[in-house]
Amino acid sequence: MSPQDASQMVEAAGSTVPPLVAVNDFVVKFANVNGSGSASANQLFAKAILRMGIPVTPRNIFPSNIQGLPTWYEMRISDRGHMGAREGTDLMVAMNPQTWDEDVRSIRPGGYLFYDNTKALPASKFRPDITVVGMPLTSFTNAAYSVPRERQLFKNIIYVGALSALINIDPKVIEDLLAEQFRGRDKLIAANHKALHMGRDYALAHLPCPLGLTLVPSDKVGDRIFIDGNTAAALGAVYGGATVCAWYPITPSSSLPEAFTRYCERYRVDKETGKKRFGIVQAEDELSSIGMVIGAAWNGARAFTATSGPGISLMSEFIGLAYFAEIPAVIFDVQRSGPSTGMPTRTQQSDITICAYASHGDTKHVLLIPEDPNECFQFSAAALDLADRLQTPVFVMLDLEIGMNERLTAPLAWDDNRRMDRGKVMTAEDLQSGRAFGRYLDVDGDAITYRTYPGTHPTRGSFFTRGTSRDEFARYTEAGDAYQRNMERLLKKWDTAKTLVPPAIRTDAGAATKYGVIFYGSTSPAIPEALEIIAAQCDVVLDQLRIRAFPFGPEVEKFIDGHETVFVVEQNRDAQLRSLLINELETSPKKLVRVLHYNGAPITAEFIAAGIGAHLIPAPLREAAE
Amino acid sequence: MTYLPKPKLAHPDLPKNALGFTRRDYEGPISTLCAGCGHDSISAAIVRACFELDLPPHRIAKLSGIGCSSKTPTYFLGNSHGFNSVHGRMPSVLTGANLANRELLYLGVSGDGDSASIGFGQFSHSMRRGVNMTYIVENNGVYGLTKGQFSATADRGAKNKRGVANLDEAIDMVSIAIQLGATYVARSFSGDKDQLVPLIKGAMQHTGAAFIDCISPCVAFNNHDGSTKSFDYVREHNEAVNFLDVITGRDEITVDYAPGTTEVVRQHNGSLLKLRKLADDYEVTDRVAAMDFLEVRKARGEIVTGLLYVDPDAEDMHGYMQTHDTPFNAMGDDELVPGAAVLAKLNASLR
Repeated sequence: MSPQDASQMVEAAGSTVPPLVAVNDFVVKFANVNGSGSASANQLFAKAILRMGIPVTPRNIFPSNIQGLPTWYEMRISDRGHMGAREGTDLMVAMNPQTWDEDVRSIRPGGYLFYDNTKALPASKFRPDITVVGMPLTSFTNAAYSVPRERQLFKNIIYVGALSALINIDPKVIEDLLAEQFRGRDKLIAANHKALHMGRDYALAHLPCPLGLTLVPSDKVGDRIFIDGNTAAALGAVYGGATVCAWYPITPSSSLPEAFTRYCERYRVDKETGKKRFGIVQAEDELSSIGMVIGAAWNGARAFTATSGPGISLMSEFIGLAYFAEIPAVIFDVQRSGPSTGMPTRTQQSDITICAYASHGDTKHVLLIPEDPNECFQFSAAALDLADRLQTPVFVMLDLEIGMNERLTAPLAWDDNRRMDRGKVMTAEDLQSGRAFGRYLDVDGDAITYRTYPGTHPTRGSFFTRGTSRDEFARYTEAGDAYQRNMERLLKKWDTAKTLVPPAIRTDAGAATKYGVIFYGSTSPAIPEALEIIAAQCDVVLDQLRIRAFPFGPEVEKFIDGHETVFVVEQNRDAQLRSLLINELETSPKKLVRVLHYNGAPITAEFIAAGIGAHLIPAPLREAAE
Repeated sequence: MTYLPKPKLAHPDLPKNALGFTRRDYEGPISTLCAGCGHDSISAAIVRACFELDLPPHRIAKLSGIGCSSKTPTYFLGNSHGFNSVHGRMPSVLTGANLANRELLYLGVSGDGDSASIGFGQFSHSMRRGVNMTYIVENNGVYGLTKGQFSATADRGAKNKRGVANLDEAIDMVSIAIQLGATYVARSFSGDKDQLVPLIKGAMQHTGAAFIDCISPCVAFNNHDGSTKSFDYVREHNEAVNFLDVITGRDEITVDYAPGTTEVVRQHNGSLLKLRKLADDYEVTDRVAAMDFLEVRKARGEIVTGLLYVDPDAEDMHGYMQTHDTPFNAMGDDELVPGAAVLAKLNASLR
């Protein structure tokens, strides 16, 4: 450390904006270069805050690239429990010169900038209305370590140490986390602890600790767990009894089958023989993935695939076959920004239409739409049951925001008395006893027919599955009346589906209101905060309805009928769920007001509040204001 | 009329196999293909092969894609489950079905349009994976159902019915299959049932990916002068490398051919393939030699038929994946669901 470096440490700005002061309620953003090993350090930072009992919602913002491009890790710390994204950064940890200008610009007035001041930067690179905290990270780290890889990794831990002093993270918590992470590798633990304290000690000696943004231990995390949606969905597939997974790598879904593989290797390998109770195929493309899923499900195994929008496009022909031939299939669509390759590492809810009506001809498909990792787990297992029960494809609609970000969520729960619902399957005994079998014959009145698995009985119950039209006994026919009867039965089965899918959840404002808001999936965490803002700014309350599935149950129609204006908040350009509401419920389009966010970033409470608020101000006033 | 059931009456003296079934028990409804279609001969060969192997019909799953060839599974094995899937995608559906229940026999039926054009990728990858199946391509070089367009197995220069020559190089399915790791590869001709039936039987007794390219002239669109897939052309250019006999457990094993002309290959599951050699220098278990031989003979304009390659000790996909002996579709909650206690531990590790 040269005295010159020390003099640069605090470059507080001579501005009139007072520095931000907040306890357990601010946004920290790390600007990094991908491939630099920063992800694990950032995760450590987030987890330490959680261990202090303070809710944190992190978001990875990353490019479609492996090394060298900018990434950000944004952490919303909120003792009030707000988990939606928030605009603006309170503390920017600027570790990437490439994005410096953009990063400095994103700091809120009065906010803080932490940066590596090994090389001096001209004053023009800073802002007068923020507090600048410089630390010579590179020279400091290079003095302590000589191996290039160590320099890179420990630099990350050193800045975590320095930040722990700047915002009051309990160092013991970080030490424990490092010890857990490197359990059994004592040398690594000691080395990481050393780096942590080097950074911390430096900050305590030379930097203005603490800043105006501080943390105090809290009790707001409770028993919640920290997990991403793809991992939770994969676990749901293990618990739901899936044995076959066929998939093709595509961001942001790949980590789902990869997690399924990990958990199967852990829980599904016969201890004595080493043999596996699962078959996972990385297929040659999405057409093949869905083909394998359909083949396996036709033959009585529970099977799924995971993909994103482009994969759904490729699977569409097969999805129509599964709908028409009535074969179960579970498809996880972790949505990203389309169309085409679009923004493959940015979030969106833009596959709603394509999944709801995938394939040619008249088709409709069941969608389950989870709001968080806990629901990803639940809906994953439920989808496997529903697909078997309804003998049709079932989509689980995640998005990048839910799928690839770790999120605080209720602990995963399983009832050991629960049994897989394999739906209507005739056994050899059923057939032997003389029960009549018609593969497409509706004997129960719910439009769901009985099936048999291949190989069940020597002389009874075999049938021919085809995408072409057939009669109730699966015999090929091009007779118009038989075709039409079958198509009408499929519609009736759709009505049965309405009684089986998770109903929409309604939350009333507590006071009478003519306004309602409909939303779904990853928009969910931003809604309570948005409604708080609207209540405060516009003095208006809204009833809420969170859609969890397609087809819509009667509760959705009732909600819309009970309100004069219903805002439909979505993360796509074309108001896709709104279209489904209009199409399926014949709701008046005038009643459904679009609030649409589709720039690839997660939707924020501020955005929703502004979108809804714009309609709440009476038009004459709005004009006057303009 | 789109469905023609066959009369159930059968002659009381029809021979029965070890399971007490007659050949009629392996048949299906009446074919709706053109009279004289080569595909019907292949269906009949499948019926005979399954009858002679004493296979319980319900333990066979027959799968196909789209096209004339893919229609045929309706016309045989009426007591088996069948799946007429989408164009070119039979291999993936069959792979999934095979994953779900390793105990059934899988018969994939496809055509040259289905497997060499639209489904070339899926065909290739199912061979690579060693899916345990008998995959038959009923190869006529044209699209029949859409009225005579060339497929990807049509030879360059071959002429269609209107006299227009095909401009593109042909895909040789057997060479590709051997290259991609199929472990039983044969070519035959729908007009030569004596050769075809044993080849199907051998394939059904093989563990691993078994592929048969069966040239099957299209009487409606590709049986004219100038075609290289017509009955006459194939008969003239057919060069069989061997003649196969499949010996199952109940057959008496006699090797009554002169030494040097007959080879007996014992497959992994105990079945024996007795090969009467027609080409002296042909070594059926030598993959590289087989590929070489095929290229040389192709250059001479010959259509090499017979059992072209077999790896008697082949593994299949389940072997590679080390899957459990119990079929997945027979596993219940106790075998598959880790339970609440495991989940509680997982929760604890995620805080």
